[in-house]
Amino acid sequence: MNKKLGEYLIEKGLFITAIFSIIIILLIFAFVFREGLPIFQDFGVLNFIFGMEWAPSDGQFGVFTMIIGSLCITLLALIMAVPLSLLCAIFMAEIAPSGMRKILKPVIETLAGIPSVVYGFFGLIVMVPLIRVQFGGTGFSMLSASIILTVMILPTIISVSEDAMRSIPHEYKEASLALGATQWQTIKNVIFPASVPGIITAIILGMGRAIGETLAVIMVAGNVTQIPQSIMDPVRALTSNIALEMGYATGLHYNALFGTAVVLFIMIMVLLVIANYYHYKKKVVIGGGYL
Amino acid sequence: MNRIEVENLNGYFDDAHILKDINIKIPNNSVTALIGPSGCGKSTFIRTLNRMNDLISGFRHDGAVYLDGADIYDPKIDVVDLRKRIGMVFQKPNPFPKSIFDNVAYGLKVHGITEKDIIKERVEESLKAAALWDEVKEKLDKSAMGLSGGQQQRLCIARTIAIEPEVILMDEPCSALDPISTTKIEDLIHKLKNDYTIIIVTHNMQQATRVSKHTSFFLHGEIVESNLTERMFLEPEDKRTEDYITGRFG
Ligand SMILES: Nc1ncnc2c1ncn2[C@@H]1O[C@H](COP(=O)(O)OP(=O)(O)OP(=O)(O)O)[C@@H](O)[C@H]1O
Ligand SMILES: [Mg+2]
Repeated sequence: MNKKLGEYLIEKGLFITAIFSIIIILLIFAFVFREGLPIFQDFGVLNFIFGMEWAPSDGQFGVFTMIIGSLCITLLALIMAVPLSLLCAIFMAEIAPSGMRKILKPVIETLAGIPSVVYGFFGLIVMVPLIRVQFGGTGFSMLSASIILTVMILPTIISVSEDAMRSIPHEYKEASLALGATQWQTIKNVIFPASVPGIITAIILGMGRAIGETLAVIMVAGNVTQIPQSIMDPVRALTSNIALEMGYATGLHYNALFGTAVVLFIMIMVLLVIANYYHYKKKVVIGGGYL
Repeated sequence: MNRIEVENLNGYFDDAHILKDINIKIPNNSVTALIGPSGCGKSTFIRTLNRMNDLISGFRHDGAVYLDGADIYDPKIDVVDLRKRIGMVFQKPNPFPKSIFDNVAYGLKVHGITEKDIIKERVEESLKAAALWDEVKEKLDKSAMGLSGGQQQRLCIARTIAIEPEVILMDEPCSALDPISTTKIEDLIHKLKNDYTIIIVTHNMQQATRVSKHTSFFLHGEIVESNLTERMFLEPEDKRTEDYITGRFG
């Protein structure tokens, strides 16, 4: 009887904890949506999302340039980070001698734990001047932001995809080598395809971090609200917009910043859904056996 | 003619001396069975024959293994090429998580065969040889993971013979199989022995008598006795062999 009661309490306790975290998230959503609502009502949903001009003092609240800014720096960061991290993960999982791996792995995981302000500061002091000298302009640019983001998301993607590759059963590798495949053929044809679901997870995590990163991006991106014509142009990300102006915004401007958060939230949701769809599709396909 | 000759082979995992002074000659185009109690080093031994133990960081060996007279541990030997010549079927079925067709085609593709027709033909031949064709011909593009254990093991055999090795190492290929699948694999071994040199590890004495011409008895990492199979089971020379095959220990 007592045992049964204990089980009951534990079960309910776990349920309540799980529900509790969901409720908190929902409350935050509700708050953000409520605070953002006036801007959609007063300024118009389409005007807000597709408006090209952000001039709070003139009553202009278009965030389209920032949507593009966020997407561009995230995409460029992924383009640079994904191939690099996959090569690095392959090296660590399959090629590096175990002694080297024992050093590399913790070093890379430490990189993931460095606060973003440190990366931003490094970008400001080293990267921005370097780009200014090498390519001209101010140096505050989409490129600077993407490079900093690349460095920031590398550790996550490397670490998660390396785990995925190492969790591939040793038997597959042995089977491939025993058939006379070379090490590289084994990696390319067996290990890599079998780790695709884990690699997609790694990329989703990296993407999430890149699109949500605020401080480091503010410090190097230049934060001009314009559609970038080249990767040397300054851009403003959605996150930056909120952080830069939250301190003094009042009235509709204040609501517009929450509106920005709503847009960011929806964008992240859409990206996650797309990524999860691929992840899921790959999983199913692998379950169905086509790799 | 002997295809493989092993001379004074010793094998170690770190400090553990697992293979002790192994000497054995494996004749051409016949089946040699390795028997012995669990943990006596049979798997370790056959894994030295295709250099699979190279993958295990703590493994060392001394002594020599000759394939057609050439030392396979000679630094000049290409391991990839060696493994093409010495195929292996593992103790546990280990198909790739790919389609049935791709499993068999894998070895062909990594060896640079690209013509679709040739690959298709070889896949079919191999699956037929492994007595699996009739069961899978309708679902070649389905996952190999959906096959039963016995079908998976025959698939692994098909995959191995598809690349036409000279020697096939089989590590307890029937250990997880029901009697019907076991019979199918034994029939297959009978068919293959004319063209291939086969080394089979087995815990099943009847299986050894049914499929092999020669048998070697391993105990604690040593070969106690090697002989023609019928001789060994009728009149073992060593007391320990007799004890083992009559089931008094092991
Ligand atoms: N990777 C390894 N690292 C360390 N020791 C190992 C390793 N593989 C096997 N051994 C040891 O080597 C010995 C022989 O193992 P092996 O797998 O060759 O036995 P076996 O005769 O094939 O047994 P079974 O019939 O149960 O398959 C065992 O004592 C085992 O503990
Ligand atoms: Mg074994």
